[in-house]
Amino acid sequence: MTKAHLIEKVVEKAKTLNRRDAEKVVNGIFDSIRDALKRGEKTEIRGFGSFRLRIRRTKDGRNPKTGETVSVPEKRMPFFKAGKEIKELLNAEEPTHE
Amino acid sequence: MRKADIANHICEQVGVSKTEAMDLVEYVLQCMKDVLRKGESVKIAGFGNFMVRSKGERKGRNPRTGEEIAITPRRVVTFRASQIFKRDVNS
Repeated sequence: MTKAHLIEKVVEKAKTLNRRDAEKVVNGIFDSIRDALKRGEKTEIRGFGSFRLRIRRTKDGRNPKTGETVSVPEKRMPFFKAGKEIKELLNAEEPTHE
Repeated sequence: MRKADIANHICEQVGVSKTEAMDLVEYVLQCMKDVLRKGESVKIAGFGNFMVRSKGERKGRNPRTGEEIAITPRRVVTFRASQIFKRDVNS
């Protein structure tokens, strides 16, 4: 499934919205999450999961061509953790043990 | 940030009430969950991909008692952020 499919779903569901508005709805969801993480703010979506930043510390790497040691700077990574509901949904046959 | 904040943002962009915006956010998330449940991926350009991965049985330990236990096979959702998203959080 792609974003275009989600937009299509919204068009079918909300009859009063045109395609442009449906695009704004779907884009609005992902843009809000992305903008929040840009500000360093996490997003917790009940029933779905949470988005936060993980910090990758500075480490020493090597230039694979020359073998020279280079310092890889600290990096921020978007990280998603699936919520309990998704975990249960995907493993419905067997009860999950913590 | 929470779901209500996302709904507020949508309200400002589109002419819908807060309740409608909240329902639409819920609906989109529900569509995504339905797809993931079938084991399919959700690909959002400029954001990232949600994928379902199956994990086999493996051994774990009860961190409290140190007792060895089997972790049952399960399906998990992984998210890979797009290049744009990764670049955005580092700029």
